Amino acid sequence: MQVTSFSRNGLSDWLIQRVSSLILLAYFLFIGVQIGIGIDYTSWRELHDGTAMKVFTLLAVGAYVSHAWIGLWTVFTDYLTEYMLGAVGNVVRPLVQIAVILTLVVYAIWVIQVIWG
Amino acid sequence: MLQVSVYRFNPETDAAPRMQDYQVDTGGKDLMVLDVLEMIKADYDASVTYRRSCREGVCGSDGLNINGRNGLACITPLSDTVKKNKLVIRPLPGLPVVRDLVVDMSLFYAQYEKIEPFLQNSTPAPAIERLQSPEDRAKLDGLYECILCACCSTSCPSFWWNPDRFIGPAGLLQAYRFLADSRDLATDERLAKLDDPFSVFRCHGIQNCVNVCPKGLNPTRAIGHIRTMLLNKAA
Repeated sequence: MQVTSFSRNGLSDWLIQRVSSLILLAYFLFIGVQIGIGIDYTSWRELHDGTAMKVFTLLAVGAYVSHAWIGLWTVFTDYLTEYMLGAVGNVVRPLVQIAVILTLVVYAIWVIQVIWG
Repeated sequence: MLQVSVYRFNPETDAAPRMQDYQVDTGGKDLMVLDVLEMIKADYDASVTYRRSCREGVCGSDGLNINGRNGLACITPLSDTVKKNKLVIRPLPGLPVVRDLVVDMSLFYAQYEKIEPFLQNSTPAPAIERLQSPEDRAKLDGLYECILCACCSTSCPSFWWNPDRFIGPAGLLQAYRFLADSRDLATDERLAKLDDPFSVFRCHGIQNCVNVCPKGLNPTRAIGHIRTMLLNKAA
C-alpha cells in the first residue's frame, strides 16, 4: 500500500498536505478578492499574463494535485482494502488509484498548457 | 424494570449475532453496568459471557460498548448512560468476537508490542535505580495511567479500518510515554519506526479516543507530541 503514497513517508505526506492547504487557501482568497472587487475580462487577462501570477497558479495546481492525492490515497487505503472488501479490494484499489493519478496528472498538464501555452 | 439488550453470539452454534432482551429489576438503585450484567448472569441467563476482574476500573477487562459509547462497565453508572429506561450492551467495536461480549484483543496487543513498551537504556545500571528529576517524572503524568482497556482504540475509525497498520491511540499513548521518559535512550530508534504513512499518521485528530477514555487521558495530545518530535528530528 505504502508504495503508492505521495512521498512514501508519513511525516512528509503530512507536512505536504498542510503546506499545500495553506497555498490553496492563499490562492483562493486572492482569486476570491479579485472576483469580489468586480474584475473585468481585460484586467483578468492582464493579471494572468504576469509571470508572478503564472507561478502562483502553477504552485496552486501543484498544491492541489499533491493535496488531493494524499487525501484520496488515505481514503482508498481505508476503504478499498482486502480487510474491507475481501480479495477484490486488492484489485479495485490499484485500479482506482491509477485512474485518479492519471486524472490529476491530466489536470496539471492541462493547466500548464492553459497558462503557459 | 430496566430494559437491557445484550449482544449474543456463539461462533460454534450461531450463524449470526443477535440481540437478546432482558427485563432487569434494579430495585431503583443507580447500579454500575457491570452489576446489571452480573444480575443477568446470576438470575436470568448463566450463558451470557463477558470479561471482568477487579470491578473498580483498574484492570481494564470489562471494556464494552454501552448505549453506543465505549466504557468500562464496572465504573459506568446507569444514571450516566441509560436513556428512556433502555440499556444496550455490545462488545467493543472493530475486533473479532470470541463469544457474546468477549472480543479477541490480539490485534490490539500486537500494536502495543510494536512500540516496544519497555525502558531501553544500555548504560550500566546504577547501584539502586535510575533517578529522574521531579520535572522529568512529571512528563509521564497523563501517560503511564493507561490500563490498556482498548476503549480508545476500538472507538477510532482509523483503527477499525487499519488495525494491522495503525498503532492506535492506546499504543501511541504508550509510545509517547517512553519517548518522553528521560531514562529511555532509544528515542531515535523509536521515532524511526513511526514515520511511515500508517503507524502514527492515520490519526486524523477526531478525538474519539479522548472522548471515551475511562481514565480521562488524552491520546490525541500524545500523538501531537510524537508528530512534533518527528518533525523536529527530520525537518
